[in-house]
This record gives sequence, C-alpha cells and structure tokens, in this order.
Amino acid sequence: MTNVQSIPSPSIHSEDRAHEADHPTSLVAKFGTDQPLKLDCGVDLAPFQIAYQTYGELNADRSNAILICHALTLDQHVANVHPMTGKAGWWANMVGQGLPLDIDRYFIICANVIGGCMGSTGPASTNPATGKPWGLDFPVVTIPDMVRAQAMLLDRLGIDTLFCVVGGSMGGMQVLQWTVAYPERVFSALPTACATRHSAQNIAFHELGRQAVMADPNWHQGRYTENSTLPHRGLAVARMAAHITYLSDAALHRKFGRRMQDRALPTFSFDADFQVESYLRYQGSSFVERFDANSYLYLTRAMDYFDIAADHNGVLAQAFRGIKTRFCVVSFTSDWLFPTSESRALVHALNASSARVSFAEIETDRGHDAFLLDVPEFFDISRGFLESAGKARGLGSSGLGSSGLGSTGG
Amino acid sequence: MALQEQSLPLGGIAPERIGKYRTDHLLVAGMVEPGSKVLDVGCGEGDLLQLLESRGIDGRGIELSREGVNRCVAKGLAVVQGDADTDLVNYPDDAFDYVILSQTLQATRQPKVVLENLLRIGQRAIVSFPNFGFWKMRLQLLVGGHMPRTENLPATWYDTANIHFCTIKDFVELCDAINVKMERAVALDLYGRPVPLNLPWWVWNMFGEQGVFLLSRAEKTK
Repeated sequence: MTNVQSIPSPSIHSEDRAHEADHPTSLVAKFGTDQPLKLDCGVDLAPFQIAYQTYGELNADRSNAILICHALTLDQHVANVHPMTGKAGWWANMVGQGLPLDIDRYFIICANVIGGCMGSTGPASTNPATGKPWGLDFPVVTIPDMVRAQAMLLDRLGIDTLFCVVGGSMGGMQVLQWTVAYPERVFSALPTACATRHSAQNIAFHELGRQAVMADPNWHQGRYTENSTLPHRGLAVARMAAHITYLSDAALHRKFGRRMQDRALPTFSFDADFQVESYLRYQGSSFVERFDANSYLYLTRAMDYFDIAADHNGVLAQAFRGIKTRFCVVSFTSDWLFPTSESRALVHALNASSARVSFAEIETDRGHDAFLLDVPEFFDISRGFLESAGKARGLGSSGLGSSGLGSTGG
Repeated sequence: MALQEQSLPLGGIAPERIGKYRTDHLLVAGMVEPGSKVLDVGCGEGDLLQLLESRGIDGRGIELSREGVNRCVAKGLAVVQGDADTDLVNYPDDAFDYVILSQTLQATRQPKVVLENLLRIGQRAIVSFPNFGFWKMRLQLLVGGHMPRTENLPATWYDTANIHFCTIKDFVELCDAINVKMERAVALDLYGRPVPLNLPWWVWNMFGEQGVFLLSRAEKTK
C-alpha cells in the first residue's frame, strides 16, 4: 500500500484543556445570574465569566486604558508566556516596555472572547445546568456579543472610556464594533487587517473548516470530551486550510518553494515530500494542542455573521455618523483574506462621516498574518498614531500623568 | 475679502520660524482662519499639515504615494491613501472649511473636476500650482527649444507626474468658466516673494513662478 502519513494525536489531554476553559491561568471576572450577557440570538447567558490579562498600570484618571481584541484563534495571553504552549505571547513584539503599546505608559487589557476556550465562557466551558461541557448547547455568539461582554468587563474594572481599542483580523472587527456600539467610550481605534463585513469568500473558507471538523468521526456532534476523544484530524485540516489564507503565494514560495522535506527525490507516496506539506501538517497538529474544536465552530460563525452596514440600513457611513473617535486603519498589500479594498471601503465611510481617520497600506509579501509579524513600518505607524492620540487625550509622556478628560471627543 | 488684505510675513507665525517652512506653505497657512477644519489634498510628507496643526487647525490629508502616507501617519497626522482624481467623490458636501490643493493640480487627470470637487467638499479652496507662463519657462521653450525644467520641476517630459500644466492666466479663465470666485490671489516670484499687487495680470503671469489662489463658490446667477 502507498505510504500515508496523517495528523498525529495531540499530546495535551482534553482534561487539561477542559480545566483551562473553566479555571484559566488568568484573571477572571465572573458574572452571576443577576448580570446576564444579552446575546444577539435572544439568549440571556448567565452565569458567565471572562478571562483576561492586564499589563501596565491604570492611571489615576483612568484615561490610559487600551483594550486589545484578539483574533480568531488567539487569546488573552498577549505578552506573557502562554500557559498551555509555553510560547511567548502572540503580540510580544508590540506590547511591552518601550514598544508601541508601551506598558510603562498604558494600561493594557486583553480578554478572551465569549465563545473562546481559554477561560471565557464558551462551548468548552462546563454548562452549570448539566455539569458537562456546553458543546453545541452553547448559544451562537456574534462579534457584537463579544464586545458587549468586554464592555461589562470594563464596567467591572471601573473604566469608562478606553484610550484606544486595538486589534487585527477578528480583533479588528471587534474594534470596529466597539466604535459603532460604544462610540463615546472609545477615544481612538486602531483596526488592522480587517473589514466591516465577512465576504462570501471568507465565509466559504470558514464553512470548509467547520465541515472538516464535523466530518471527523471523533467529533461526536460536539460531545468529544465525554467520549474521551478529540476531532483532532478534522480540526487540523480546518487549520491547514485557514493557514493558507493567512499567507500569500509569494510568502509561501519564498519560504518553501518546491523544496523537498529531508529527502532529495519524491517518494511516490502521500508522505509529506514537500516542505510546505510538512509545515502545514505541523501547523495543523500544533493547533489542536491548544484549541477547542467546538470553539472553532462558534468563533468562525461569529465572524461570518459580522456585517456593520447590514445593521445600519445597508449604509456603512450611517454606522459612523457623528463619530468623534480617532481612527487609524492599517492594511497590508498581500493580505487577500482582508484585502486593502475592504479597508478602503471603511475609510470612505469614515470620510463620509467626517471622522478623523488615518489610513496606511503597508507593503509586505507576508499576507494576512503580517499584523502579527515583525513589520517595522506597522510599529512606527502604531506608535505615531498612539502618541498623537495621547497628546489629544492629555496623556503625559509617562502615561500616568494628568489627563484631559474634558478634551475627549466622547 | 479684498485683494489688498494679503501681506507677508503671515499673522500668527513669528518671522524667525519662517525659515523652517516653505514660503508657499506659509502663504497658504495664512489664508486659513484659526480653528477651522482643513483637508489637504496631495499632502506629501505632511509638512503643511504639521504647520496647520501647530496653529490649532484640524487638518486631514490625502496622499497618493504610500510612502508619503505612511510617514504622515507615523507622525500622527490624519492622512489617508487616496487619489485626488478618484477619491474626492467619497467626501460629503461642506465637510471642510477649506480644501487645499498644493502643487498638485497639474498632476491630476481632470483638473476641472477636481477643482469642482474641492469647492463642493470645502466652503473654500486654496490652490497653488507652478505657473507655466513664468518667463524662465517661456524662455526655455522659445530659446532652448525643449520642454522647460526648473529647480522645482526637475523631471523630464517623459517621466514627469505633471500632466496638466497651466499658466496663471489659464487658471483664472478656468475659474471664470466654472463660476468660481477668486477671493485672494498671490503670485510668488522665483525667490518666493509675492509679486507686487499693483502690477497688471500679464506681469504676474510672466514673473510669478507659482500662483496661490483662495477660492470660493460664486453666487449662483439666476
């Protein structure tokens, strides 16, 4: 028989992940039955919890808070070692002392999204009614639901106005939702590599991923934990497909070309002959170590439903009417998942609302993932935007000085 | 506003700081009322916007070149990547007090449409452009027999971005044709000094190296 290699079983036990979902290695804000999260699907979710991380100090005026919204498969561990993978935080090159999101100047918060699997309530969390994981009994959540939950967290932390909301990809969608839902609470916004809606192509790729998960016999209609299995093959395939969309053709070619993996000649099998295959398999198998399959279904769905214009009579500019928030929109030339044209449509709508907006397209061949990588131009732009907004907000150079709350637009 | 009101140096800027700024930028900045909202179309590296913001003016910019935009944004300026020819249509009527087109008109594909858009988006427009009627330009064509090149416009005819050159006289005629009112007009000589006002138009057209115009919509004639 022709040699076949499939995705190896994950080494992390599902119990460890289940434990992290309920008892995260993070700060946790718990909301009781008296404070339900009102979801777009009509369900009042209660009780629920939000896992979050903070960096830096909140100043006396509570005016230096920055909220980071994370992307689809990332989490609140922005700038600390990840409790499950042991790897550095996903934005350690952006958040830290002397970095654009300077923890000496700003109080930085990042919360795991509702529907996630790193400690905020989601399908991997225990359903208090049954004592078992929610699984598919978890209500479908949306980007506005995620933002509503974050707003409740900020209320809990006593933060009225955010100095800035920052995020890329699904995080950028949340940034935009923040400015639409709570414009008076957002002094400035830095949405990156995102769009005001998910395109048909975006939805198509997500559907592919979901079907891959659900086609795995280990999925068991979402009840894999009780069956002591994991749909790791399906989830890995979903990740492999998605990962291709995060890179560009040029980046893949530069990184791998047609080079062979540890061999000189093809093996005439379905082994991973090519480096690019080996890389994708690694991406797939490492992903299942840290991410919950059901959570992947829910979060991709939330992105699919996102469409700001649809919520405003089909007119995007109407969503931003009269907005005082300062915007800096950033896109990347080789990002074909959230192409510059989407950012430009957003900028046109913001211009039509006379919003104060900066828009930079950064030239790079690194695709959608560029916002997470070491792209100096992106760092310079983020830093410049935040410094200018900080001046307008009355933040001192230390960030802990006096604030001009009276000067805020909101 | 009467033509006689103009004067250099400009109000609000200490003379010793003039050296830091381009003369035409100072002239343009002097035409903008403090506290107003301004769109700078073709804002380059954002020098004029920085000058305006230093005077408490709410400035926004559009720039075609990605490098220019990114440098502006890194300076904290509200600048978007865009094209004067195609992107002005996205701005609503009367969104700004002033729209500035500084040394960019000659590089647009449709100068007339651009000019009309400037005065749709802004209550007023400030337009500056190199004057192709300047005597050195005329001399190069007349005597040298080649397309003019100057210190400010060094590109050759085949690689220049400037595709719609005009003279001050041409521009005045365009303003008349599309019912635009000239509130102030200044011609700057080779050294950036204003050409004396009491001289006739043909002198401006001959000795002005560039023209700077403050425009508004003329009253609609019935």
